[in-house]
Amino acid sequence: MTELLEGLPADPILERRALVAQTAARTLRRRTLVSHGMVGACIVALLLALVPLVALLYALISKGLHWWSVEFFTTTPAIPSITQPNNIGGFSNAIIGTLLIVGCATLIAIPVGVIAGLLIAESTSKFATLLRSTAEIMTGLPSILLGIFAYTVIVIGGEKWGITFPSIGFSGLAGAFAIAVLMIPIIMKASEASLRSVPLTVREAGLALGARKSVVARRIIIPTALPGLVTSVLLAISRGVGETAPLLWCIGASIYNPTTWDLKKPNSAITMQIYLSATSAYPAQRDSAWGMALFLVVVVLILSLGTRLLAAFIQRERR
Amino acid sequence: MAGVTDTATQAAPSPDLAEGRPRRSAKSDSVYWITLYGVSGIFAVICIGFLLSVVSSSLPAWEKYGTSILTGTVWNQSTGQYGALPLIAGTLETAAIALTLAVPIGIGTALAIVFVLHSRLRTFFSSLVEVLAAVPSVVYGFWGLLVLGPWFASSVEPWLVSLFGGHFPFQDAPSTETILLAGCVLFVMVLPLIVALTRDAIATVPNELVEGALSVGATRWQVLHKVVLPGARVGIVGAITLASARALGETVAIALVIGLNPNFAHSLDSPAATLASIIATEFQDSTPIQVAALGALAVILMAMTLLVNLIGRQMIRRAAIKVTVL
Repeated sequence: MTELLEGLPADPILERRALVAQTAARTLRRRTLVSHGMVGACIVALLLALVPLVALLYALISKGLHWWSVEFFTTTPAIPSITQPNNIGGFSNAIIGTLLIVGCATLIAIPVGVIAGLLIAESTSKFATLLRSTAEIMTGLPSILLGIFAYTVIVIGGEKWGITFPSIGFSGLAGAFAIAVLMIPIIMKASEASLRSVPLTVREAGLALGARKSVVARRIIIPTALPGLVTSVLLAISRGVGETAPLLWCIGASIYNPTTWDLKKPNSAITMQIYLSATSAYPAQRDSAWGMALFLVVVVLILSLGTRLLAAFIQRERR
Repeated sequence: MAGVTDTATQAAPSPDLAEGRPRRSAKSDSVYWITLYGVSGIFAVICIGFLLSVVSSSLPAWEKYGTSILTGTVWNQSTGQYGALPLIAGTLETAAIALTLAVPIGIGTALAIVFVLHSRLRTFFSSLVEVLAAVPSVVYGFWGLLVLGPWFASSVEPWLVSLFGGHFPFQDAPSTETILLAGCVLFVMVLPLIVALTRDAIATVPNELVEGALSVGATRWQVLHKVVLPGARVGIVGAITLASARALGETVAIALVIGLNPNFAHSLDSPAATLASIIATEFQDSTPIQVAALGALAVILMAMTLLVNLIGRQMIRRAAIKVTVL
């Protein structure tokens, strides 16, 4: 066997292979070192990213929790006096304001968002495609612009483009409108994803039984995607609760706004209360915003963690 | 006889299907589509109204001052000088600071989460990132104002000033409201977005490529550097673009920490202002023409973020990322 091979020239591929193996072995030390270094740098980046999170949560809990008391949540803000500099009251007006504004916004946003989401999930028409891109763009625009929108059409109102808008003035309604416009594209995109995740076979089974598209949508797609739809609404609510910028231009908030359930009156919101208290002249008032901020973060986290848990639960059910 | 009737009722479809369907068929489905298009039309009308109202709110200012709004270098509401350049500069500077910090740390974090951590930790950190993204912006601003600001003024800024020997870019007396602080707060805010989108972009790189590279003896970093990052490049750039759109438009957090000084910042530790923060804070007690000038700022801001967003979305779409945030 070896005699036969002796006469032939050496296979060049073997030489090349040997060279590759040699080079790999020679550079292994360096490559491993570089790799360890860079992977270490990635872990350092991860730790650096955690620093602000931990610092923020620590500050919130250590400075906010001691403000929590029944009075803090149930009384309206008080003006601190010289004799009682720590008498700042609570922020119940802001809690009710947020409930009212985000509640109304949700009522507007759910039907529009879910139905438009159904359209962009079910239809491939040009209009649907355009609508999907529009929704994506809307979620990326600065939310303060929505405040200007609500200010123009609801606070100021009047005759515009041949339509007469009601001039309601600074009001919870204007805030609810701005937040609703913020929530609709979020609900659209998220519900589109969950509606699309309904297996094609299930829809086809429905259609094969002779059901119309409307029946398939109503009896099959929406019930199947319902948990996902709830998730998308929760996600949008958690965004809405945390918004400040659009409210600046339209709800006419001040720290001492009286508690009101009237949509046409100026209102407060938790985020606005934090924003206004942060620049307050009274140290105690400034400090009390930690308590509100902690409450706000807890609410938003419950909503968004609830969203995540629900999504995980649905995935497990599907399998 | 009874048996026959039984089978007949069993075999016959429900009355709804037997009689109702042929009669209502076309009409009923058209109701469905009309509802879908009608309600979606409401959203379309809202979007058009949104665009129109922002533009129309600014028209008096454009009529009165023309393009001097775009080119003017002085913004002073009380003297009626409306030049947006310093504000545009402030907006770009804060976004640049934030991205300079957030891009390397964000990409590193995403790589660490996907390729270095054990799977259980991976889920934990992934959720943590999404939690961080859910914290309302006013809370970040408030934290920046009351915690980060004093710390910057007492430790970070004096250290940076001495490091640069009192020259550019750090030369001012310590202050709790600076462009650097605003950039840092913004960094904390866009970081989760970059991490989450980068993670999703990395997930689109086929596992076979990664395993193939590992099987021929590439080290872990070689795989990340030569296979994963190039494969996810478009998606990562898209993520950065979307994050910069977010950074350009951030309002209340910036308004609380930047000092609202509408002049060109001569160093990184001096106060400045951004478009959005001025729109938010100068609105109170404004006369109609002042509101219109703020509307003009809003139009500039909208044009900037719209452009950046369109580019970013296009990239995300090209990279075929399944986005889990936004």
